[in-house]
Amino acid sequence: MMGMWIFLITEIMFFGGMFFGYMIYRYFYYNAWAAGSQHMDFWWGTINTVVLLCSSLSMAMAVRSAQLGQRKSIAVLSLITILFGLAFLGIKAIEYHGHWIAHEFPGSRFQWEGPYSNEVQLFFSFYWAMTGFHALHMVIGVGLVSYIAWHGWKGRYGPHYYNPVENVGLYWHFVDIVWIYLYPLLYLISHQRVLG
Amino acid sequence: MSEHIASKKFYISIWAGLICLTAATAVAANIELHQFNIVLALIIATCKMLLVALFFMGLKYVSDKMTLVVVVAGLFWLFILLALGMTDYISRSWV
Repeated sequence: MMGMWIFLITEIMFFGGMFFGYMIYRYFYYNAWAAGSQHMDFWWGTINTVVLLCSSLSMAMAVRSAQLGQRKSIAVLSLITILFGLAFLGIKAIEYHGHWIAHEFPGSRFQWEGPYSNEVQLFFSFYWAMTGFHALHMVIGVGLVSYIAWHGWKGRYGPHYYNPVENVGLYWHFVDIVWIYLYPLLYLISHQRVLG
Repeated sequence: MSEHIASKKFYISIWAGLICLTAATAVAANIELHQFNIVLALIIATCKMLLVALFFMGLKYVSDKMTLVVVVAGLFWLFILLALGMTDYISRSWV
């Protein structure tokens, strides 16, 4: 379990570097960052945050089932976690498609009507890289939880051996935490006022 | 390994807290607070992070002190990256 925490620290370093880059350029190109943020979909971002929090609940419950040696409930709760994970990825895909057809993908495809075109392109580079690596972690997480669901169903885990379930849970919650910070930084600060 | 087993009710109440904080941060983003929008958003995000780390990840019940050292060292590393890195970039225009 401590090994898993050490791995997660390397993951903090990995994502930390991107968060730092995001902060630096937000400081330098504030107007471009605000303009780019306003092209994020507030509702999809909020719904995805809720979806991911629900998946963390079912994951925590799956670990609890493993501690208690409840074979079926490990499998069922893992499957629920997988479904929430896939729902998150589906919503992310809808968002990606929207950005893609709006030419909000960095590179030769990029088109931006308005000032700060180059800086906004940099914002979208960060957006795609950060959410893309987060989505990649989600895909890996879905694979890991599938492994837990299968072996849980087979009855491999119980009160004396639930370390794999616990470690996959730690990984899943970590990926959730990355999103907990991505959500306000990408979607909330300087976004258009949709409720008022 | 943490031998502590929390009740279902407990996990659900943590989840409810996380959902409430998400609603709070979404509403707060729609109120014009100028530079405090980001401050408030990050404070709420950090509260959510603590709820997930302490209870869902069970950091509060970890019996092994070495694990806590690893976690605190990791967060301190992140603090060095962000705080010293930002002071560097922000203060460059001062000279």
